[in-house]
Amino acid sequence: MPEDKKKESLLDKVGNSPVWKSIFRSGVPRTRRQRMYAVLGNVFLHLHPARLPRHAVKVGYTWCMGGLSFFLFVVLTITGILLMFYYRPTVEYAFTDIIDLGEQVPLGIMREIHRWGAHCMVLTTWLHMLRVFMTGSYKPPREFNWAVGVILMTLTLLLSFTGYLLPWDQLAIWAVTVGTNMARATPFLGSEGPGASLLAIGDINLIHSASDVRFALLAGRFVGEATLLRFYVLHCIAVPFIAMIFMAVHFWRIRKDGGISGPL
Amino acid sequence: MIETLKNTIDYLSTPTISFTLITAIFPFVFPPTDWFDRINRKLRIDKLWTNTGGLIQFILITGFFVLGYQDPNFKIILMKGDNFPIVLMVYSMAFFTWYAMKKSYINDARLDEGKKPMEYHDPEDKVLVWPDLVYIEFICLILFMVFLIVWSILVPAPLEEPANPAATPNPSKAPWYFLGLQEMLVYFDPWLAGVIFPTLIIVGMCAIPYVDINKKGDGYYSFKERRVGYFIFMYGWVVLWVYLIIIGTFFRGPNWNFFGPFEYWDPHKLEVLNNVNLSEYFWVIGLGQPLPSNILLRESVGFLVTGIYLFVVPVLLAKTVLKKMYEAYGPTRYTFLMILGLSMLSLPIKMYLRWFFNLKYIIGIPEWFFNI
Ligand code: HEM
Repeated sequence: MPEDKKKESLLDKVGNSPVWKSIFRSGVPRTRRQRMYAVLGNVFLHLHPARLPRHAVKVGYTWCMGGLSFFLFVVLTITGILLMFYYRPTVEYAFTDIIDLGEQVPLGIMREIHRWGAHCMVLTTWLHMLRVFMTGSYKPPREFNWAVGVILMTLTLLLSFTGYLLPWDQLAIWAVTVGTNMARATPFLGSEGPGASLLAIGDINLIHSASDVRFALLAGRFVGEATLLRFYVLHCIAVPFIAMIFMAVHFWRIRKDGGISGPL
Repeated sequence: MIETLKNTIDYLSTPTISFTLITAIFPFVFPPTDWFDRINRKLRIDKLWTNTGGLIQFILITGFFVLGYQDPNFKIILMKGDNFPIVLMVYSMAFFTWYAMKKSYINDARLDEGKKPMEYHDPEDKVLVWPDLVYIEFICLILFMVFLIVWSILVPAPLEEPANPAATPNPSKAPWYFLGLQEMLVYFDPWLAGVIFPTLIIVGMCAIPYVDINKKGDGYYSFKERRVGYFIFMYGWVVLWVYLIIIGTFFRGPNWNFFGPFEYWDPHKLEVLNNVNLSEYFWVIGLGQPLPSNILLRESVGFLVTGIYLFVVPVLLAKTVLKKMYEAYGPTRYTFLMILGLSMLSLPIKMYLRWFFNLKYIIGIPEWFFNI
């Protein structure tokens, strides 16, 4: 019937094509049923349930801060990968590579997006935490997810901190020096920590400046080439990897704890 | 006129004064008990959380930054690339605190009238994630990306001279989000400020849901039902974290000396430091004797004081003032809460001991790196 065909819009045509259907499993989501399928049948969207209580979708309730934290994590991963194409973590090249990133690379604002995005992610996780506290959403059954959140926030700070060293400028090495100096004072495990002298065999001190936690962190007695490599690996691989695992738990638990909190 | 204003702000922001002021005002702004609440309402402090109140807060903050931007000394600090996020932090913190408190007060009024909080909707009446949520997320995301890209185009990421291990900048600062901890170093040794306290903060934060036994106020904004919780959390968050970050960023100059926002960061500013340990107070000044050579004897007073603070005070409180609380919380929860609470309180206590008595260490055993 030619008239029916005319009514079908381009979107519908695409949506009902075998290719589209093979990818998304449903046509253009028009009916209630199709819309629920659209969410359930998509690996990304099915982080969400198909239906939600009305208050849960209000920006005024969640401030979108958890979502933004995750979004920033994704943005930082993508820009971070782009930066890794150019950046070499050695004392010889690190600083000049950073300069080249701004001056030689086309569209050279990746470093800016990465750095400002990182600052923003620290802020959004803090604000997300504030919102969760203010709505009392950590109360049972969500206690454990709050604890997972605290760990995520710690990891966010660690990510930011390890990344701080990579430009290898004055700001970087001294901020990291100040930060890691603390480790020297770890009780028992730092060379200048209380109780460290107790860990000794006879006269031989087990904990000294070349064997304490600070040394393990810096791969040396001071912030140097080996530290740069260590922080690079922590920043690009190790901490994001751990953060991803905790995020998976965080999101899964939101669903398992009965979805977003709300008044009874 | 402007100069007087600047001098006043400089004077008020000295930690001794600003910390005392904020701490004294705090229970009236987030009243934890009925008594404070009555005064809060009588003085109309609760109007802070209305639109007008929000506007006034906004104007005050903006006024400060505008004034600061015109001041040559403050401008230098303000314009450091990595300090911009703190400006963002000040605004977003103020805005979202205001917003959450505003909603809480609206809900409180509804609860008083016997209505449900405004987050309540008929549980049968659900919305579909596609399109209702997905579109909101999408809009949030686009707006945020626009903001981030514009910021990135306008402000280049900071880069200083290449690293030089031989040239220590003065002051050397940790990244801004750790400056609260660095500020604590003024009052505590690194093993406490840099290791024990951060650990306690993380453990304590994870513990919040387990020690808070108040079942009310889950899933909606409400102040009335969770006054004490809001008060403690806000105090830790706003004063012991955000305030210290602001002090550490804007007001700490060379040699970690304090400088008011409109003061010149003079590297030669001398602050007379003749801090005295508790042991010296007791043996030398109190008893007129030389310090005993036995370390444990020398520090016995310090151990006694610390022991009383950590072990006797909680027991006494449980038997007297906090008897009801102890019964409600049970021994484990109570102990945990006390450890966290007393550690949190130790910071202001140590601050005041330092300011008023020049007290350096309560227990000072540098031989073992064990100083409190
Ligand atoms: C990298 C950091 C984090 C990411 C990506 C993240 C992500 C999310 C998302 C997307 C939600 C859904 C609701 C919303 O957007 O508010 C959520 C909920 C939640 N988050 Fe996080 N979060 C992070 C950190 C935290 C932190 C620091 C805490 C607390 C200390 C926390 C505790 C919670 C809790 C308890 C919920 C459930 C809230 C409810 O049911 O109302 N999360 N998180």
